[in-house]
Amino acid sequence: MPADLDIAKVARLARLALTPEEMERYGAQLGVILEHAAQVQALAAEGVPPTAHPLPMLNALRPDEVEETLDREEVLAQAPDRQGPYFRVPPFMEEE
Amino acid sequence: MSGDPADLSIARAGAALRSGELTAAGLLDAVRRRAAATEARLHAYLTLDGAGAEQAAAEADAAFAAGRDPGPLAGIPLAIKDNLVTRGVETTCGSRILAGYRPPYDATVVARLRQAGAVLVGKTNMDEFAMGSSTENSAYGPTRNPWDTERVPGGSSGGSAAVVAAGSALGSLGSDTGGSIRQPAALCGVVGLKPTYGLVSRYGLVAFASSLDQVGPFARTVEDAATLFEAIAGHDPSDATSYRGPVPEVRSGLAAGPEGLRVGVIKELAGEGSEPVVLAAFRRTVQRLEEAGASVRELSLPSLAHALDAYYLIAPAECSANLARFDGVRYGLRLPGDTVEQMMAATRRDGFGPEVTRRILLGTYALSAGYYEAFYGQAQKVRTLVIRDFAAAYREADVLVSPTSPTTAFRIGERVDDPLSMYLADVCTIPCNLDGGPGISVPVGLDPAGLPIGFQVLAPALGEAALFRAARAVEVLADFTARPALATSEVA
Repeated sequence: MPADLDIAKVARLARLALTPEEMERYGAQLGVILEHAAQVQALAAEGVPPTAHPLPMLNALRPDEVEETLDREEVLAQAPDRQGPYFRVPPFMEEE
Repeated sequence: MSGDPADLSIARAGAALRSGELTAAGLLDAVRRRAAATEARLHAYLTLDGAGAEQAAAEADAAFAAGRDPGPLAGIPLAIKDNLVTRGVETTCGSRILAGYRPPYDATVVARLRQAGAVLVGKTNMDEFAMGSSTENSAYGPTRNPWDTERVPGGSSGGSAAVVAAGSALGSLGSDTGGSIRQPAALCGVVGLKPTYGLVSRYGLVAFASSLDQVGPFARTVEDAATLFEAIAGHDPSDATSYRGPVPEVRSGLAAGPEGLRVGVIKELAGEGSEPVVLAAFRRTVQRLEEAGASVRELSLPSLAHALDAYYLIAPAECSANLARFDGVRYGLRLPGDTVEQMMAATRRDGFGPEVTRRILLGTYALSAGYYEAFYGQAQKVRTLVIRDFAAAYREADVLVSPTSPTTAFRIGERVDDPLSMYLADVCTIPCNLDGGPGISVPVGLDPAGLPIGFQVLAPALGEAALFRAARAVEVLADFTARPALATSEVA
């Protein structure tokens, strides 16, 4: 794997609680894939603009009108945990 | 009527429904009998919507009885890939992280099919979040190829291809990010279309790689694919990336024939990279096109040498951003955790399978500070070069052609531990997604083992008229009428 591939850092950024064995396995596989993919760097592309989107469309605007929205109860019924009209999650801020 | 209605094309079933030879309820029954006879071996469906399908069939029959005609899809049993949301009907994307999820709305394409009177039979199996080329990456077990159940149906829309081949639906919808409609269509011996990027709404398609994803149909004939395309294409205010102009008219081209059509053979995709038997079928079809009056020349698109590498940076980068929404908060799986971050990391660790995890890691790395320019930025520049090469080729040709897949269906388990060899399955289909134009796969023959071979036609963005004209010409010249033994042997 590339010397600078810090798989633990990447897994943390991606919010994936991988075991040490999984990190080793995925790290090795990523190394092989990246080695192959890095061949894009061999192509001289100075002065070539990047393409982010295949159709030349900018700023799809529409009138700001009130429309039907999804039914709140139907949406919340799919949540793993709720409290009244809210999604409920474990603490994400420490108490003072 | 002779034969099993489950084997009819959409066009012929539509005619039989209108002549009174067949009812929508009877057609649904035939398709469900076929599913009952084959599903234990194929596992192409994840969910069957029995009540919904019966109601839709009854409504179609009532409409015909009242002298109304809701259109060419009225009463036609269709299947939907499980990454298109269906209101109240479980939608999992082949992932454990969405087990049990019942969406609160219909995808626009699903709503359009319902409005057209179609009978939606069920949701089809797929590689988890559409990442894969074999449908082995489903958390619910693989789908098998109707032509040989020891082999894969291709992927990621393997279930949608298999049901059309087997007769457990007359047509279906899939999604295509790097070949996920065309490659399984080739491996299952059916027609599969990826429309022009933006021509079909993606509202309600669970996003994988947003600059590449497109929804499209599977069918047994090119004409049926055109009927499904017409039903789902067109602007949708709910999808900001959807094209605002008119949908290309494709029907009149179906009968135009190949005479005078300028066909470009893609040099980089029509050589050593494919199995000899695939290459032979491809060359035979090109020769027939030429004999029938098409002008054929070989065209080189040198940047395609780097297309696969660019794709495997762009698609994972976009997937790592899109799949951030699966965090255990609003839907699907949640594992316990003392903090919200621990909850999310544990949920995602357990909820995603190996290929999705691999691509999220790859994409997160490629987008992270210090690497963005070297990987994602460079891949987007390669994409520009690919688009320029296509534009130059389309000045010389109306359509470009290649094999759809370099091989016929491979064995289950054969490539599952070797991500790179699996990625190579899409080498012929990926360039079209980078370009944004439409692509279609048409079956043209069987290899000596009896496995189908697909022929790919590509056209410039919004070039569906030329695409369908060429595809129909290929279909007529190839005269592919074989059906998998599994479909015919079950007919009572």
